[in-house]
Amino acid sequence: MNFDMSPYGAYIWPAYGISALALAGLTSWSWIRWRRAKAKLAALEQRK
Amino acid sequence: MNWLFRYANPHEFMRLSGAVLPFTAVATVLCLVLALYLGFTAPPDYQQGRTVLILFIHVPAATSAMMVYGAIAVCSLLSLVWRHPLSDTAARAAAPLGVIFTVLGLVTGSLWGRPMWGTYWAWDPRLTSFLLLLFLYFGYMALWNAIEDETKAARAAAVLALVGAVNIPIIKFSVNWWNTLHQGESIVTGDLAPVFLAPLLLMMAGYVLLFVTLWMVRIRTAILERRATVLMQRGAQ
Repeated sequence: MNFDMSPYGAYIWPAYGISALALAGLTSWSWIRWRRAKAKLAALEQRK
Repeated sequence: MNWLFRYANPHEFMRLSGAVLPFTAVATVLCLVLALYLGFTAPPDYQQGRTVLILFIHVPAATSAMMVYGAIAVCSLLSLVWRHPLSDTAARAAAPLGVIFTVLGLVTGSLWGRPMWGTYWAWDPRLTSFLLLLFLYFGYMALWNAIEDETKAARAAAVLALVGAVNIPIIKFSVNWWNTLHQGESIVTGDLAPVFLAPLLLMMAGYVLLFVTLWMVRIRTAILERRATVLMQRGAQ
């Protein structure tokens, strides 16, 4: 694999960095919301 | 249409999506990892040098952004015609995913445009119509949040989604209809060398699979949240 981006590293790395951060953030946010909703519903069903 | 209604039932959807999710999640990771490997081992383009690497993330983000809007428009149509509540849930759950893909399309395109065109931004038909897509997403989400009655909010948002769908063919064909800085179609025309086409198609598959996976997770979350709300309302009575 070739990681030498010269002379365009200043454009390529931020493009990859921002994409990775955004997609990882989106995945984590969706997963956390799912876990919270599942836990909340379980707690409510137990209280029934 | 019977099969559609069968799986549009929340209970059936939870069962089916629960079974499918692990496979789409694994397929997403495999596609993305393989695409990154092929992309970073591809040679520099004879004109664009190594900025061709941005192609592998810009095109998947942009096509996904349009595809997500298309999915919202289809769900909105199903909701308006057949009044199925899961269609509204699905459409609403997709919107934040579409926003992220649209922002990524704009940001990566801008970072690609600076070294290739000499500017981060131009009021060019493709770029402008794509920016309009972002505003349509914002408008759609704002409408959902602005109207308290969920049935009315769903109806209004569905109408906006369908009206805004006109922008999708405008984005797609803007490079053919007008003179633009943006390059034309190169996947379907076969102008892209196989060494670049393979990582691009794999990355596109990875983005689509990621969307499908996260969409299912978000619809499942919305179904559970609705059940929790019903339980809380029953408890309060």
